[in-house]
Amino acid sequence: MTVILGQTFTGISIGAVLLLIALGLSLTFGQMNVINMAHGEFIMAGAYTTYVLQKSISSAGISLLVALPVAFLVSGALGALLEWLLIRRLYLRPLDTLLVTWGVSLMLQQLARDIFGAPNVQTRAPDVLTGNITLLGGDDPLTVANNRLFILGLAVTAVVALSLTLRLTPLGRRIRAVVQNRDLAEVSGISTSTVDRTAFFIGSGLAGVAGVALTLVGPIGPTMGTNVIIDAFLVIVVGGIGQLKGTVIVAFVLGVLQSVLEYSTTVSVAKVLVLVGIVAFLQWRPQGLYTLRTRSLV
Amino acid sequence: MSSVPHIHRRRFLAGTAALAAVVALSACGAKTDAAGSSDKAAKIDVSGDTVKVGLLNSLSGTMAISEVTVRNSLTLAIDEINASGGVLGKKIKPISEDGASDWPTFAEKATKLIKENGVAATFGCWTSASRKAVKPVFEKNKSLLFYPVQYEGLEESPYIFYTGATTNQQIVPALDYLKSKGLKKLYLVGSDYVFPRTANKEIRAYAKANGMTILGEDYAPLGSTEFSTIANKVKASKADAVFNTLNGDSNVAFFKEYKSAGLSAKSMPVVSVSIAEEEVKSIGTQYLDGQLTAWNYYQTTPGAANEKFVKAYKAKYGQDKPTSDPMEAAYVSVYLWKAMVEKAKSFDPEKVKAASDGITFDAPEGKVTIDGASQHIYKTARIGKIGSDGLIEQVWDSGKPIKPDPYLKGYSWASGLS
Repeated sequence: MTVILGQTFTGISIGAVLLLIALGLSLTFGQMNVINMAHGEFIMAGAYTTYVLQKSISSAGISLLVALPVAFLVSGALGALLEWLLIRRLYLRPLDTLLVTWGVSLMLQQLARDIFGAPNVQTRAPDVLTGNITLLGGDDPLTVANNRLFILGLAVTAVVALSLTLRLTPLGRRIRAVVQNRDLAEVSGISTSTVDRTAFFIGSGLAGVAGVALTLVGPIGPTMGTNVIIDAFLVIVVGGIGQLKGTVIVAFVLGVLQSVLEYSTTVSVAKVLVLVGIVAFLQWRPQGLYTLRTRSLV
Repeated sequence: MSSVPHIHRRRFLAGTAALAAVVALSACGAKTDAAGSSDKAAKIDVSGDTVKVGLLNSLSGTMAISEVTVRNSLTLAIDEINASGGVLGKKIKPISEDGASDWPTFAEKATKLIKENGVAATFGCWTSASRKAVKPVFEKNKSLLFYPVQYEGLEESPYIFYTGATTNQQIVPALDYLKSKGLKKLYLVGSDYVFPRTANKEIRAYAKANGMTILGEDYAPLGSTEFSTIANKVKASKADAVFNTLNGDSNVAFFKEYKSAGLSAKSMPVVSVSIAEEEVKSIGTQYLDGQLTAWNYYQTTPGAANEKFVKAYKAKYGQDKPTSDPMEAAYVSVYLWKAMVEKAKSFDPEKVKAASDGITFDAPEGKVTIDGASQHIYKTARIGKIGSDGLIEQVWDSGKPIKPDPYLKGYSWASGLS
């Protein structure tokens, strides 16, 4: 029983990581139709931001809290810059965005190598996040890792914040208008180019937040983005492109599936089985889990 | 607006075509070169007053955390030898290549070092996968590789010298130690490639013959950072100890998760065969305090040769930089090569090999001797405990150097292994 509960929580926590890395991508890929291969490197930028901040702020707890908004701004700025320099010229050519942003991702990796060195680095987690909470007593207690709880909280907060922004704010309404009908939005007086850049800023900023979260579970390195970007694309494609709801559900379903399969087989076999499952699912529903006629996020 | 992308596209096409032409031309060049000298031994460049050697390590990617330190200590040994006059009157000129934690890249760079640079010998590689990838390259070109890392054994190559431990000098003593402490129920965790899978096969055979139980065996892809399930499985197994053959910075994620799951050296010790002082430092001692390692050398190993080595390394790379077993084995390998070359009075690999048997060196780990038959070396086994200062204190040693036995011929339980 404890094992089942423990594995369920592990699945949810893997899902939370998946959700965080896919969330920003669902805005830039799903809403704006840009295949941004450099999204993983924005995650990396967020992780390195945490590392840099920890060098100047001695308290690991404070540096982590400072890193969240700063990483959002750093990665968001990188995203807005990329949009302004390259992507705005390519909105009608999604396949070209793939090539161009892939080139950018290689450049960013090399840049990270030049600045921080090729070997991976680590950050210290605050003491409060290295322990665990015992939920069920007895001989066989169920323990829940604090860093995983923190990441889960972070993912939920990010989803709620993004959802509310899109649903309730004037900016959110403008983003939805541009996504649904760019020309009509333009003639209605909305500056579509500003909206594009803002959406890109938010999506990339969320990648930065994901990067901060990833420093709590593993090492930071120039290629860490490429390790997670595939998972992020999988979550979005399976969830239904542009569907926030689909992204959330699929992230958790894949997380739990992965952890259950890992437990009953091995890590490598579980990865293969999940991929086979995804391929089979997409044969059945090529459009993903959720599709609406309008491509709105909410 | 509409004309702009066209210009870009045209430029892009022109650029792509030019790039393709360059790639095609260089590929042709490489092909003729390879065809011209494929069966003969590689030509060693000893023109002038230098002799070139290759340093082949991962300076980037998941293995860089470990392999950069090996490159550093190889460089230290070369500098020391050069300062004292070089080898056969020639200064050693190192040519460093990055294997980038990618096995095909290792094979490519090995070919480059041998064929283009004409190196007399190459020092490096860490993972068994990289060694297996370059083995045919060195054998085909009849060039020497010095491999400085403990490995799974069951291998000999006429062109490789193994200066790290083989199985009977590390894994078997570690199992003997666990058995002597009454830790008989083991859980095996490793990276998913050659070394851990072979090592675990050997551990299973040992366990069967020695009344120990293997409760589980799990592998994570090299570079993997998701260990929550493995930690849960290990915890639920209620094993006495974990035998850890994870490589590279997967260890960071694994030990973070291990602590998060509420496990520790007190409740369930982990014995690791691929974490040395450098890795301990970057994983963080708060995750490793009290855990066990099995090696042949620690920074704390007593002796004048080690004091000199540690002092020289810190002077060159920084007072906060620890020394470790693979670094020591790499350092030793350069000196052993020098002694072999001087005995053979030649850089010719065949003559160097012929001169190898019985050559000794007063190494930081204590006296080492080359076993010419297997091209491995006699080494002392040591079990250590990781302290809160990041250093490893020896808790047991084999007393004297153990004769290398890569095929475990001296153990009846290993007869079925291959």
